[in-house]
Amino acid sequence: MSFHPTMDYGRGHHKSARALPEEGPAFAYTPENRTRLEEICSRYPPERRQSAVLYALFIAQEQQGYLTLNAMRHVAEVLRCTPAEVEDVVSYYVMFFTRPTGKYIVQVCRTLSCALRGAERVTEALSAELGLQPGETDARREFTLLEVECLGACDKAPVVGVNDDWHECQKAEEVRALIDGLRARGTASLTGCHLKVDQ
Amino acid sequence: MDPILTRYVREPNGHTLAFYEKTGGYQSLKKALGMTPDAIIDAVKASGLRGRGGAGFPTGMKWQFVDKKSPKPKYICCNADESEPGTFKDHVLMERNPHLLFEGCLIGCFAIGAKVAYIYIRGEFYHVQQVLERELAKARAAGYVGKNIFGTGFDCEIHIHRGAGAYEAGEETALIESLEGKRAQPRIKPPFPAVEGLWGCPTAVNNVETLCNVPVIIERGAEWYSKLGPEKNQGPKLYCISGHVENPGVFEASMDVTLRDLIYDKKYAGGIRDGRALKAVIPGGSSVPVLLPHQLDIPASFDGIAKAGSMLGSAGTIVMDDTTCMVWAAENLLYFYKHESCGKCTPCREGSAWLHKLLGKVERGEGQMRDLDLLLSVANNIAGKTLCAFGDAEATPVTSMIANFRSEFEAHITEGRCTVPAPWRARARAMAAH
Repeated sequence: MSFHPTMDYGRGHHKSARALPEEGPAFAYTPENRTRLEEICSRYPPERRQSAVLYALFIAQEQQGYLTLNAMRHVAEVLRCTPAEVEDVVSYYVMFFTRPTGKYIVQVCRTLSCALRGAERVTEALSAELGLQPGETDARREFTLLEVECLGACDKAPVVGVNDDWHECQKAEEVRALIDGLRARGTASLTGCHLKVDQ
Repeated sequence: MDPILTRYVREPNGHTLAFYEKTGGYQSLKKALGMTPDAIIDAVKASGLRGRGGAGFPTGMKWQFVDKKSPKPKYICCNADESEPGTFKDHVLMERNPHLLFEGCLIGCFAIGAKVAYIYIRGEFYHVQQVLERELAKARAAGYVGKNIFGTGFDCEIHIHRGAGAYEAGEETALIESLEGKRAQPRIKPPFPAVEGLWGCPTAVNNVETLCNVPVIIERGAEWYSKLGPEKNQGPKLYCISGHVENPGVFEASMDVTLRDLIYDKKYAGGIRDGRALKAVIPGGSSVPVLLPHQLDIPASFDGIAKAGSMLGSAGTIVMDDTTCMVWAAENLLYFYKHESCGKCTPCREGSAWLHKLLGKVERGEGQMRDLDLLLSVANNIAGKTLCAFGDAEATPVTSMIANFRSEFEAHITEGRCTVPAPWRARARAMAAH
């Protein structure tokens, strides 16, 4: 396999990353989740149920923790589209996981505005604290460490997203406090968005 | 200029329906429903409002292009997939002023003859979406959204659609694809969305900030609005200033404010952090050419920044001080583009990976002089050769950084190391490169 003499095939970008999702156990929505999904489907014309695929996958991921081939087949059946169309979507969007993740998915924004304020150092410190490289999950499935692209909160850089919540102005020296806070009080220990509405 | 769109964003409960009604909320909608759709489009055209998402296309024209005679339903898609690096203005509007956006959507729907608007919000804005859903339910209960609004017989629904993490979904046709339940990849244009958009129906895709300007135009009149700011660049504008400044944030101003004031004025970002010197500014989100400190005395308007050789884009201004290595900055951005390229067009998909790889090589001090020409050649083979503007967006950081900071690139090569190592960067090179 050498199409070009100086290209490092088999490494980096050109390494094939294709790994099939797991079959997983049999999957069906719980009745409550199915009702939620049907409410969302009603936002689209009846013949356009496929539009709800992102919501359907979020709900399936919430129910099972990650997405398996069985879950995708079930989503396809419910939305009356093909399993291939569902897998196509799953493999494209970064918020879907086809492998088990930790209880807390710690996502450090790595794009320029956060990087200018030390996001690389935050990743480095988190990596050392958790003993994980970005992309890895610990054996106890407590934490997954990820680097993500711009989260849209550049004024409070560096931003760290944890699951669906986020933590602003994270300093590299204070990552232990972040981790301890998550262990002790869950996502309630995060700063949240500074604009967050109290209700 | 007193803030208009963000006037109440710091008020406690400023986001609620009760507060919005108390400050004259939904009166523009009432007024608009008493006008003809054509009169609304004429008013928006006369106001000079240009799209706030990046391209700066006149909104009135966009609405006029929507094929009204088509027997198919029409749609408004509100682009709330705010993902351009350095941009966080729509976030503020949606979280602290959601009813203004709803009102803008409803007026837009009435103007183009649509009965449904979809707000496509990026998946990472989960807490923002919760605010939108909650306030939307209140607006629906109060009769502003739904059937027979203000007893005029006008029916209109607003739905929120959650994305799942894809920068490319901010491109209008990719957004439509994503709304249809597919991968967010752009379509060939023409046909433009105004003719064949969502599910093949005529569709207008508008940015959050654009739609938020519409109620203001209806309330105060196109003439008043068109006097705000310089000609062809009217209206209030939200600027997002981030990076090495004292006071990063979203600031509202008319477009005659200069870039220098936005960065240095105490009212705005308050100068460079720790009293350091400014090195470079990216004025419109990461996809536009970089400006140098001596180029800042220009109005921060669409035309003003274009004249200086860059673009206002989404007004996401990223400020870099003299500790910043520009090769590193370019590499950081190209990692973003490599990661976010949707993969549809070969030049962009393959080119972004090559650009990132070459920049990494130069940054580590392993580059050769000919790599600079190779970088420019690859960039030149991407720009303008893809379906959407992503190709131009990824080529721009490379070409403009090399054009403005060539000596820094060359120093990396001749000295065999990064010549501007900042204390805030990763200590282990491997961490930043993986």
